Amino acid sequence: MSIPISMTVNGKQVSKSCPANRTLGQFIREDLGLTGTHVGCDTSQCGACTVHLNGDAVKACTVLAVQAEGAEVTTIEGIGTKDDLHPMQTAFRACHGLQCGFCTPGMIMTGIDLVNTASRDNVELGEAEIREGLKGNYCRCTGYQNIVRAVATAAQQMED
Amino acid sequence: MVAKNIGEPVLRKEDARFITGKGNYTDDINLRGQAHAFFVRAPVARAMITSLDCSAAEAADGVVAVLTGAQVAEDGLGSLPCGWMVLSKDGSEMKQPPHPPLAADRINYSGEPFAVVIADTLQQARDAAELVEVEFDELDAVVSVADAQSGPQIHPEVPDNTNYDWELGERDETLKAIENAHHVTRLSLVNNRLIPNAIEPRAAIGDYNSGTDEITLYTTSQNPHLARLVLTAFVQLAPEHKLRIIAPDVGGGFGSKIFIYSEETVVAWAARKLDLPIKWTADRSESFLTDAHGRDHVSEAELAMDENGNFLALRVKTLANMGAYLSTFASAVPTYLYGTLLAGQYKTPNVYVEVQAVMTNTAPVDAYRGAGRPEATYLLERIVEIAAQEMNMDPAELRRKNFIQPEDFPYQTPVALEYDIGDYEASLDKALAMADYAGFSARREASVAEGKLRGIGFSCYIEACGLAPSQVAGSLGAGVGLWESGEVRVNPTGSVTVMTGSHSHGQGHETTFAQLVASQLGISIDDVEVIHGDTGKMDFGMGTYGSRSLSVGGSALMKAADKIVAKGKKIAGHLMDAKSEDIDFDDGEFKVRESNLSKTFQEIAFAAYVPHDYPLEELEPGLTEKAFYDPANFTYPAGTHICEVEIDPDTGVTSVVKFTAVDDFGTIINPMIVEGQVHGGIAQGIGQAMLEHGIYDETGQLQTGSFMDYCMPRADDLPNFDVGMTTTVCTHNPVGAKGCGEAGAIGSPPAVINAITNALGVREIDMPATPLNVWQTLQNATHEDARGE
Ligand code: FES
Ligand code: FES
Repeated sequence: MSIPISMTVNGKQVSKSCPANRTLGQFIREDLGLTGTHVGCDTSQCGACTVHLNGDAVKACTVLAVQAEGAEVTTIEGIGTKDDLHPMQTAFRACHGLQCGFCTPGMIMTGIDLVNTASRDNVELGEAEIREGLKGNYCRCTGYQNIVRAVATAAQQMED
Repeated sequence: MVAKNIGEPVLRKEDARFITGKGNYTDDINLRGQAHAFFVRAPVARAMITSLDCSAAEAADGVVAVLTGAQVAEDGLGSLPCGWMVLSKDGSEMKQPPHPPLAADRINYSGEPFAVVIADTLQQARDAAELVEVEFDELDAVVSVADAQSGPQIHPEVPDNTNYDWELGERDETLKAIENAHHVTRLSLVNNRLIPNAIEPRAAIGDYNSGTDEITLYTTSQNPHLARLVLTAFVQLAPEHKLRIIAPDVGGGFGSKIFIYSEETVVAWAARKLDLPIKWTADRSESFLTDAHGRDHVSEAELAMDENGNFLALRVKTLANMGAYLSTFASAVPTYLYGTLLAGQYKTPNVYVEVQAVMTNTAPVDAYRGAGRPEATYLLERIVEIAAQEMNMDPAELRRKNFIQPEDFPYQTPVALEYDIGDYEASLDKALAMADYAGFSARREASVAEGKLRGIGFSCYIEACGLAPSQVAGSLGAGVGLWESGEVRVNPTGSVTVMTGSHSHGQGHETTFAQLVASQLGISIDDVEVIHGDTGKMDFGMGTYGSRSLSVGGSALMKAADKIVAKGKKIAGHLMDAKSEDIDFDDGEFKVRESNLSKTFQEIAFAAYVPHDYPLEELEPGLTEKAFYDPANFTYPAGTHICEVEIDPDTGVTSVVKFTAVDDFGTIINPMIVEGQVHGGIAQGIGQAMLEHGIYDETGQLQTGSFMDYCMPRADDLPNFDVGMTTTVCTHNPVGAKGCGEAGAIGSPPAVINAITNALGVREIDMPATPLNVWQTLQNATHEDARGE
């Protein structure tokens, strides 16, 4: 059964209908063709699918598309452009925080959320906090060290 | 020789698309009108299929077809072969069972596919798969490696479930040396089974064009040309020139995407059969069940020493689990990539190794990051550590004493390899300094004062990379040569397109190879585009594994670039009225020696394509060169890893508080990328040592079939790593590089376990050293002490 839904994705209004059991991740990838959001598991463990839903990081495989009715969704495609990158994107490249790139969109979306949450709650974002904050995202390539560095670097820039 | 902008930490070109979500992975590709495949998999590990009825599934909504193993056989699709012949001690060839892409009558491991449902949507295919009616006659499964040879026979072709019984080295000399030695250290150990888990699951899309009778297969492959060769020459899927394989962006491999699997074979075959594009993407459960697993050895070893701790002989006996079928490279892993490395960094005069490969009703086991070399290193560096305990010697000094010395190179080991160059003491000393070994006892005291245990562990590893010198590989049973190809195309405006048969799935070739070619041609790396992963674009290639891309693939590109310069000189000579021998090429300019005449690289490129006044009988237009490079020897990266742990004795929780890696990779093009490779390798090595274990129950059900049950390192499980380098330049490839992709995973596990046993004051602990395992080991040790044992 198809259900009509509408939401704002990366600032654009979208209206579609989709089956009730379709996840937000599938909806973003298959219905909207935004393939930057990746799917790496079937148990909500890897974080490759992380997007922002009304400003908070969520695993898009764990939200049904219909639950996002009326919401604001931001994906990796919506945070910066090639010529105007988000500081988190710049930092991932500058710190060599990615290798195969598959976990990267989810890491970047989680990283941005971490920095935003920390600054909202006024908590220091040290290495331990970053590692703790990234533990919902798997990376099999980098050993995390450069990802942690990237988030710390971006955090400084996002403050300024 | 390599010069200029080599050695610079240039930021990666490929990142631009990955950080913006513009990567193009296989599952991102959708073809017009595509159908979706869902594989029907066996829920049991060993069984006969007694009946299979697909009629209800075929009648379900949206279903295009349900194809079975019987149809695969009918269409004459061959078995998925293992490409490396291993001979047993008695000279007989290894026993290789057929591996049908879809099982027709017998099931040999849980998760093995026996049918595929093709439907308009994935949901329809998945739903219809529930309607496939199958009955099994279940048989007792063979699961543990140790019991495999005495268990029920899995394949009629493989008696005693043993593929081969292989040996290397001098048996009699070794046994004699052990018998007469002052001291012999003995050790039994298990190398735990691992599941690779690249974060991008495997995927494939088959596309058939009936007009041209061509199949295009998009797939997550580390070596598309090899896949094409196997699928055409052996599996008989199509003639080689009618199959194009594209491996676009690939999200990590670590070995698991080298092999030729059922799914891509079936998807390509079905696409032609049904004249329809067909897509399949593994879900993570399928990855766990069917990606080739790694390691899984059970070994016994003896190390003989004289009274001063000089190593006299090493004897090793290993049982290696191959799983239910021989995967593409499986036979080579516990033999040529394992037995040959058992000399390590040491001048042990006698080494003898026996390996029996056995089959079990588990997923096939094949190369996983390091492949054979981590198993060799783990065994050797564990037994050396225990030998130091038993001889009451400092573990670093015992190693140092036995190192092959710089003046000994080239060094012929007793197990077939000839090391070209190295300086093992230099790496050890640098690592000892970086790890502040001198300060360890003070740190240990501080830990003890806080009720904690602290330990330090060493690992001095060596690996053989740059797979592979074809002559050596051939003499060792390889079915193919293992050279690499490269092509440098200079475009008329002077920009350059580079084609390589290597494949990047995270290694950063688009940057490293651009640096290499740009520096050879004296141009900007922004003017170099590296293309890989498409059999329709480059001649041939062997792909990426065995840390071979730069040393073999990069060397091919250097040869091609040299040819470009040679031809450029001829063109320059013609344009400036000089002999080509009198032209020097430097920093992007062709200069007539002892004159002020010169032409830029761009001018020469343009002239090559606008040959209005060319002496065409002497000089062909165009500026494109190809080269093939076959290495003369393996390369031998080596180094020292030092791990320091702190353990809470009440909980067994173990923290890696310091990890130092000093590696000698030869010439380094991009140190930033190399460090990243080391980080990733160490993370996987620590994962093996402390967290990861692929476990089957006694019926052959995978107990660790999801990220909830199989514990991979997360960001908060790991420390920062201290990475240092020493350099001896590889003597036999033009780049001077040795390879860096696997070292981290090879060197780290024994360093971690040696640190843990050192902290606990015990002789042994099995991997993974989970908190429970550590706590239990400590309890047992305490009780033994109390009993005065
Ligand atoms: S795909 Fe969403 S957490 Fe793995
Ligand atoms: S960069 Fe490959 S999984 Fe993180």
